[in-house]
Amino acid sequence: MADIEFSILDPFSSVDLGIAESADGVKGWAIANRSIIQPIKSFFNEMIVGIDTTLNAVPPLIMLFLLILIAWQAAGRRTAILVGILMTVLGFLSPNAWGLAMTTLAIVVSAVIMSFIIGLPLGILVGKNDRFESAIRPILDTMQTIPAFVYLVPVVMLIGIGNVSGVVVTVIFALPPLIRLTSLGIRGVNPSVVEAARAFGANPRQVLFKVELPLATPTILAGVNQTIMLSLSMVVIASMISVKGLGNEVLRAMGRLDAGKALVGGLGIVILAIVLDRITQGMGQSGRERGHRHWYEGGPVGLVLRQIKKPKINQIEEPQKTNA
Amino acid sequence: MKNSYDAAVIDCRNLWKIFGERSGEAMKAVQEQGLGKLEVRDRFDCVVGVQDATFTVGRGEIFCIMGLSGSGKSTLIRHVNRLIEPTSGQLFVEGQNVNRLNARDLREVRAEKIGMVFQNMALMPHRTVLDNVAFSQEVRGHDVTERHENAMRAIDAVDLNGWDQKYPDELSGGMQQRVGLARAIAADPSILLMDEPFSALDPLIRRQLQDKFTSLSAEMKKTTLFITHDLDEAIRIGDRIAIMKDGALVQVGTPEDIVTNPVDDYVADFVAGISKLELISAGKIMEPVESFEKRRGPVDHNAWPEAEPDHSLDDLVNLSIATQHPVVVKADGKPIGIVTKNALLRGIQGEVEDPATLKH
Ligand SMILES: Nc1ncnc2c1ncn2[C@@H]1O[C@H](COP(=O)(O)OP(=O)(O)OP(=O)(O)O)[C@@H](O)[C@H]1O
Ligand SMILES: [Mg+2]
Repeated sequence: MADIEFSILDPFSSVDLGIAESADGVKGWAIANRSIIQPIKSFFNEMIVGIDTTLNAVPPLIMLFLLILIAWQAAGRRTAILVGILMTVLGFLSPNAWGLAMTTLAIVVSAVIMSFIIGLPLGILVGKNDRFESAIRPILDTMQTIPAFVYLVPVVMLIGIGNVSGVVVTVIFALPPLIRLTSLGIRGVNPSVVEAARAFGANPRQVLFKVELPLATPTILAGVNQTIMLSLSMVVIASMISVKGLGNEVLRAMGRLDAGKALVGGLGIVILAIVLDRITQGMGQSGRERGHRHWYEGGPVGLVLRQIKKPKINQIEEPQKTNA
Repeated sequence: MKNSYDAAVIDCRNLWKIFGERSGEAMKAVQEQGLGKLEVRDRFDCVVGVQDATFTVGRGEIFCIMGLSGSGKSTLIRHVNRLIEPTSGQLFVEGQNVNRLNARDLREVRAEKIGMVFQNMALMPHRTVLDNVAFSQEVRGHDVTERHENAMRAIDAVDLNGWDQKYPDELSGGMQQRVGLARAIAADPSILLMDEPFSALDPLIRRQLQDKFTSLSAEMKKTTLFITHDLDEAIRIGDRIAIMKDGALVQVGTPEDIVTNPVDDYVADFVAGISKLELISAGKIMEPVESFEKRRGPVDHNAWPEAEPDHSLDDLVNLSIATQHPVVVKADGKPIGIVTKNALLRGIQGEVEDPATLKH
């Protein structure tokens, strides 16, 4: 390096600030702190494996039935039928497709839970504090645009390959929209309603939980939906660091130029994406847009409840008609 | 006395509010150089919301604030429960300086002493009518059955029974305003802040609610600060009226005062179209008996119709239609004044004749 002569016309090639090498420090730090990282890692690993084994332990037909019920509850009958058909197709794609899909689902669910735990409080802070917003916005931009391969290596250096790193890289990519949309939701709450809450003696916590969060919920759920979609789009990349599931199928097919296998993996991911998207979109829609006011008044739960208290059936169905 | 200091429930002293980043500088300049609203806007890019407002509201009194759009009514009323911090001046509620209260005490005052109705209603769209109305008790941690009971009573009081399980967007604008009113009275506060509470109602219901409100507040002795655009409304329900212009209170007085003695053209314009029939009393327009007799010589008023000093012009019209004679005003059976037909007609126009200028 030193033997390259400094040229004023090309100052860049002759100066080396050692930025690339500094990443090695990460490795050193990770090795030095193994004892701290390991327990955290195994805790999360057990959580992910737990979700995975649970999902895989349920017989596929029962799981299918459960998914249909969830879709019916969250998004109505039509979505339930769609989910039923799509998941059946997914099951018949290949003999092991269902199991792989459940493993991928487990990773996605873990990533979404982590994103939610981190993203919701951060999103609220960002929504309430302009300074914090301008500080965090470039970080969010970076997280969304930086190629995943760039942080794949440091993450693996820190916590090794496996499910946990898979979830971590997924969260890095999938978290920003949740933070952004939570903040947007909080900022979009009608200020005069917040003022009214304050005027009647609500403290800041009550304003948040009784007014702002409920009113921001549809927007926050749109954020959750985005997070799920982005998590699914990361499964192939995550499989490079030894995450199992549909993504791994695609990756291996790519290595062997096995178009059939790639198709199975790819279609499986797409089907999971559509199913999760429809279900979460249904949750974001308010129940009243679909003709009932509380989530428990529609879908299978509503059906069961109505069976239980049959004499009241007229009362439950009436409100739609008595609009002022 | 209603507005003596001891009884003052709301006591506002030299309150100023200037909106804007440079409000401190602007305030100083206003005090030192006496700048007007426009100069402050141009030189400091600040908006004067309230200018040097001083008034008191006594217990049980209904104090109306009137003024054109943008004159600072909503800004002024928000100082009472400190939704807005004043730039200068003090505001006392039941002897407590609200701007000195700590956060906890302030919340207690807001939830238990003060009920507020907002100009834009500001109902919570995700809560049922019942939960909206019970909100202030809910945040105070009152028990569910108790707060629902109180809320149902308030919903009853505004004639909305049966609507408690609906959501605000299922109600008409007028019904939403009534929910706002119910929410304000649910916790039985001693002070009501009402920012144009009846403006979205049709005239019939508005009238009903005004009557209901006056009887309610008289019965419960609620101290009320009431903002309205509508002078008829102010006169019907207000014990006193303050007229606001560009953030300043230009005149404070009883409805009769304001209508008969407007201090300037702005107030005169306001009261120009108002019917004086119910407002002005016989005592106000009568000519004292002595001065009448000095002009006309002794008169025999035994055959004349009789009225009392607090009879309205409307009553006097009814009395004098049947006869050619003037009306004699008697207090405790003794004649104290005479109302001639001319004085009555002038009174209906809102003018009080000065006996000294009368010649014939
Ligand atoms: N938060 C604010 N920031 C800056 N200026 C404000 C703010 N609130 C009110 N103002 C200004 O203060 C002045 C008084 O407003 P205010 O809302 O009190 O009027 P108002 O008398 O209630 O009018 P209306 O009858 O239309 O409700 C207006 O010029 C307005 O622009
Ligand atoms: Mg206003």
